[in-house]
Amino acid sequence: MSVIYQKDTYLNDTKRHYCPGCSHGLAHKLVGQVLEELQLVEKTITVGSVGCSGLFYDYSNSDCIMALHGRAPAVAAGVKAVHPDKIVYTYQGDGDLASIGIGETVSAAARGENLTVIFANNSVFGMTGGQMAPTTIPGEKTSTCRDGREPQVHGYPIGVCELLSQLQGARYVARASLHDVPHILEAKKMIRKAFTYQLEGRGYAFVELLCACPTNLRMKPTEACRWVEEEMTKVYPLGVFKEE
Amino acid sequence: MKKLMKGNEAMAEAAVMAGCRYYFGYPITPQSEVPEYLSWRMAEVGGVYKQAESELAAANMLFGAGAAGGRAMTSSSGLGIALMQEAISHTCACEIPAVYLNVSRGGPALGCIQPGQADYYQMTRGGGPGDYSMIVYAPSNVQEACDLLQLAFDKAEQYRNPVAVYADGCIGQIMESVEIHERERDPKLPPKSWAATGWDDPSRRPTGFTSVFMDPAKCERHNDHLQEKYRIIRENEARLDTIDTDDADVVLVAYGTTARICMSAKRIAAESGIRVGIARPITIWPFPARQLYRACQNAKAVLCVEMAAGQLYDDVRLALNGSRDAGLYYRLGGMMPRARDICQEITKLLEEA
Repeated sequence: MSVIYQKDTYLNDTKRHYCPGCSHGLAHKLVGQVLEELQLVEKTITVGSVGCSGLFYDYSNSDCIMALHGRAPAVAAGVKAVHPDKIVYTYQGDGDLASIGIGETVSAAARGENLTVIFANNSVFGMTGGQMAPTTIPGEKTSTCRDGREPQVHGYPIGVCELLSQLQGARYVARASLHDVPHILEAKKMIRKAFTYQLEGRGYAFVELLCACPTNLRMKPTEACRWVEEEMTKVYPLGVFKEE
Repeated sequence: MKKLMKGNEAMAEAAVMAGCRYYFGYPITPQSEVPEYLSWRMAEVGGVYKQAESELAAANMLFGAGAAGGRAMTSSSGLGIALMQEAISHTCACEIPAVYLNVSRGGPALGCIQPGQADYYQMTRGGGPGDYSMIVYAPSNVQEACDLLQLAFDKAEQYRNPVAVYADGCIGQIMESVEIHERERDPKLPPKSWAATGWDDPSRRPTGFTSVFMDPAKCERHNDHLQEKYRIIRENEARLDTIDTDDADVVLVAYGTTARICMSAKRIAAESGIRVGIARPITIWPFPARQLYRACQNAKAVLCVEMAAGQLYDDVRLALNGSRDAGLYYRLGGMMPRARDICQEITKLLEEA
C-alpha cells in the first residue's frame, strides 16, 4: 500500500477555530508541507500575530511566540538575532501587517533581515468583525465602510508586494492566491522558495497569499473564492515581484 | 581597576560584563551614549546590536530575543519608555526575562533633556494593559547603576520577568570613577529550558508564548499565577538604604540623584545642629514600605524630595499609612532641587512640627 496523502508533522490535531471556507487553514497547511519537505520542522520558530490566526500557537508542533499587534517582524528579528541558524518566520494577516505593523514590516525588509514573512491578505480585519483594512479594495463593503470603500473618502489600498519590492533589503517578494487548486500549487512553490531563501541565508523573503473570508464578505465559500479571483486579483496582481 | 567613565557608557559596559549579548535601541537624549557604545562593543564580544526603527520595535525585538533565551536589553528615556509599555505588559504576561534601562528626563511628553524623575508612575505602575509588575531599581550614582544593572539580568531570569533600572539623566551624563567587574550568570539559576530554540527535543512540550486567552477562567488562573509571583517578589526584593534615620530630627525620603543632593543637605543642616536622616528606596517597585515605615517612626518630621510633583510622595504616604504626616519638596521640568533649598524646607517643617 502506498501513501498518497499524509498530514504534515508541523501542524498538530487541535481543532481549528476558523470559519467554513476560510483560507487560513489552507495557508497553514501549505507552510506545514513546505517545512516538512525541506526537513525544517524541528528547526523552525514560529512568530504568530494578532488577528484570526492569533491562536496559531495551539496548532503547530513548533516553538511558537505570539507577537503583539503588528510587531511580529520585530519579535522575529529578536529571535533570529539569538538563533541565526534556526528558521524564523512570521505569519500575519493584513490588519496586522499592512495597518498597525507596516512600519515594522518595511523596516525588517529594509534591514534585509534573513526572515520569511507569510502574509495572509483577506482584505478585512477578520477577527474583530470585518472592518475596513488598508487592503480593502475600492467598492468593497465592510462594517466601517458600509457603502463600499470610496478612495476619495477612505483612501486607497496598499499593495504590500509593490511597496516591499522597492526595497533593496527585500530579496524575494511574491503574491499568490488561494482561490483554486492551480493557484494553491503556485502559492506552495512560492512559500517553498521563501523558506529556501532563509535556509540559504539569502535574506528577506515575503509571500502574500490572497485569502477568502466568506464570513465577513457575507458570501458562500465558493462565492468568496470567485470574488478573490475576479475582484481581488485585479487590485493585487499575482506573480513574482522580485527574485534576487 | 577604577576608571573614569560617563554614566551611560559605564552602564553599557556593565551590561556587556554581565553577559548581555543582545541590545536593541533607538536614539533619544539623554541615553544615546548607550546605543552608541554598544554599537561597536557588541561587535567586539560577538553580540548583536540592532538599531530599531522605533522604541515600539526595540521593545518587541527585546521580547523576541528574551523568548529565544538570549540575555538582552534595551534603553531609552521617558517618551520612548512610554512607547514600550504595551511590550512590557506582554513580556510580563508571557514571563520573558528582559532588562530595560530608563535614563529619564524632564516631562511631560517631550519636556526637556535635563534630568527628571517624573517617570515614577510610568515605571512603578506601568502604562500597559492589565495587572503586571516589574522590579525597578533606582540607583543614585554611576557605580550603583552599573551594579544594579548587572543584578537586573539575574533577577530577570530568576523571576522570568522584565526588570528595569531607572536612572535619571544626571546619572547617565555624569562622569564618575567606577569599577566594572565581569559578573557571571548566577550558577544557582536553572537552565532556560522554557526558551524557544526550535522544537527538536520531544521530551518537552513546544513553547507557546502568548498573552491571549479565549477562556476567561484560564485567563484568571494565569493572572493568579502572576500575582503569586509578584507577591514573592514583594516579599524578597524590596530594598531601602537608610543613613542615620534612628536618631534623626528629620528623615528625607528620596531616590536617585535627588538622594545625593539630600546628602549635601544633610551636611549643611548638621552645621545648624539639625540631625538629618536619609531613607533612600533602592527598589521603587517593590516599594520598601515596611522598612520606610520603621525608618520614619522616630523623627520629628518626614520630607519627601523628588523631581516629580509628588509621585514618590504617593508611595511614601501609602507606606506611612496615616501613622504620621510627610512634607513634599520638588523641582520639575529638568530643574534639580538645591541642597540649600531642601534645608530651608527642613527648617520650615521643624517649625511647624
